[in-house]
Amino acid sequence: MSEFDFSTTLGNAFFNTPIFTASGCASSGKELAQFFPLRDIGAVVTKSVMNKPRYGRPTPRMAETPSGMLNSIGLQGPGIEAFLANDIPWLVEQNSRIIISIAGETIEEYATLARKVRSVAGISAIEVNISCPNVENRGLVFACDPDASRRVIDGVRRTIGGELPIIAKLSPDVTNLPDIAKGVVESGADALALINTVLGMVINIETMRPHLGGNTGGLSGPAIRPVAVRAIYQVHAVMPEIPILGMGGVSSGRDALELIFAGASGVSVGTASFGNPHAAVDIQRELRDLLIAKGFPSLKSAVGYAHREADL
Amino acid sequence: MVKEVMSQINRSAAHIITTILANKRVGQYHQMVFGIGDLVKSCRPGNFVAINVGGDSSRMILRRAFAISRVSESASFGGTMELIVAPHGLGSKWLCSQIEGAEVDIVLPLGTAFGIPTSPVNALLVGGGYGSAPLFGLAEVLKARGCKVDMLLGASTSAKIYAPMEGKRSVNSLKIYTEDGTMGELGRVTEPIKVLIENKAIDVIYSCGPMGMLRAISELTTDTDVVHQCAVEEAMACGIGICMTCVLPVKGEDGQISMLRSCIDGPVMDGSQVQWHLVGQVPEVH
Repeated sequence: MSEFDFSTTLGNAFFNTPIFTASGCASSGKELAQFFPLRDIGAVVTKSVMNKPRYGRPTPRMAETPSGMLNSIGLQGPGIEAFLANDIPWLVEQNSRIIISIAGETIEEYATLARKVRSVAGISAIEVNISCPNVENRGLVFACDPDASRRVIDGVRRTIGGELPIIAKLSPDVTNLPDIAKGVVESGADALALINTVLGMVINIETMRPHLGGNTGGLSGPAIRPVAVRAIYQVHAVMPEIPILGMGGVSSGRDALELIFAGASGVSVGTASFGNPHAAVDIQRELRDLLIAKGFPSLKSAVGYAHREADL
Repeated sequence: MVKEVMSQINRSAAHIITTILANKRVGQYHQMVFGIGDLVKSCRPGNFVAINVGGDSSRMILRRAFAISRVSESASFGGTMELIVAPHGLGSKWLCSQIEGAEVDIVLPLGTAFGIPTSPVNALLVGGGYGSAPLFGLAEVLKARGCKVDMLLGASTSAKIYAPMEGKRSVNSLKIYTEDGTMGELGRVTEPIKVLIENKAIDVIYSCGPMGMLRAISELTTDTDVVHQCAVEEAMACGIGICMTCVLPVKGEDGQISMLRSCIDGPVMDGSQVQWHLVGQVPEVH
């Protein structure tokens, strides 16, 4: 079965294999490099970076939940200048494919970030994270507002021109996800990242207050996988031509396959890497074996397979 | 210099399946021994390990972190590692319920180690609760370097003191304090430290235990010549630096405060640099 084609594309970006890290779950790759060569997976999606250095939210930032966890990091990071100077050259040296994820507080900040990323060599795509739930003002979650979502993507598209593929990362915490997805695609997104974490809360029964320093947090892990499958399925149904980078609770090859059948062209591994530093490469190997065992000649032939007409 | 350190994150870490060689109850704790082969050579006092808990169908998706108590090499078992586990939560209860011969998925060694002085010094080791576990391994290393090693252990009550018989041999003196007076002296470990510092009887303090104790020791050593190396305890999701949940505000040489990860920039930190008053807050934006 050496002719099996495991490659995938997101917009005009080509990847040898379809498993990626998820933004915010692999930092900038250095921590995982001890466990596997980063070039062995499709791409490293770096932690969403903002224009200025940022402390993030106060601790506690984490609460484990049944088959999942809440996090409330709040986009702690070095800022785009230090990130591009220190982290990207190292990743390029590893021969890793790179997707830079950006996050802003204003539409202008996204455009500024896009301008700084535009000229960086060795980048496969830019992920525009408009759905981080851990911002001070929930009203700032652009992905919950169809109009704001469009305007962010429009600003990034105007800034970077037509070359670098834009992946818009969306939130499942909305009433009509396909509508928001259509809006960002019309504004120039080449692909969609589905899904960001789901907003949640844990109350500490000893202190009798919200456990997390930021009160609310993003729920991730296997607990949210059915939400991801639903979101990907819904969006693929209305826009089958738009590639989706699927994510949400994937911790095995069979989980990844579920997202691919729902319509994902690639799958990001996030929280699973916390419990298993080899998760991304393990999942990639399992997915490949499963696709071959089920007789698919390529990854692409399995994308959206759950949408086919009923067998007669 | 920072760059050089950054490219070596987790540089000794391995992800392996180990076998439990022993699991013995000691007071409120379990003394557990694991076969780790040649990895003993990379383990230093202060390092920790991250263990998968609950088995394959577990709803607990995150590893549990434990300080390495000590490592040793023997002809019959090869390299072994000892952990002291308190069965408090679901994860540690599961681990304590595992029998000899059971296999465990583990990542080790992780984090920073206690700095060992190059010349003999007067060292004071302070442990709170089962925070004393890594201090006995440290004491052996310090003694081998010719240091004078005194130890203070404190806990709320006698059952929470971890002080194995064999550990007592590796120190010059051991004093125990309990808040209810059920073992040793009545009171807290911080009280005698003040006197020891005033008498200039110690050069360096190594501490491990609850954050309140570490903070109190840092306050006692402020504006003194005593170096305070503490092993911090923050909730971690990954243990390898990728989740950013275990951060602490730490002041660097340049005076800037950064939110450092206690898993890769710790657990051993310089107590004088941790901004204890800002833990649980966000520093002013610079």
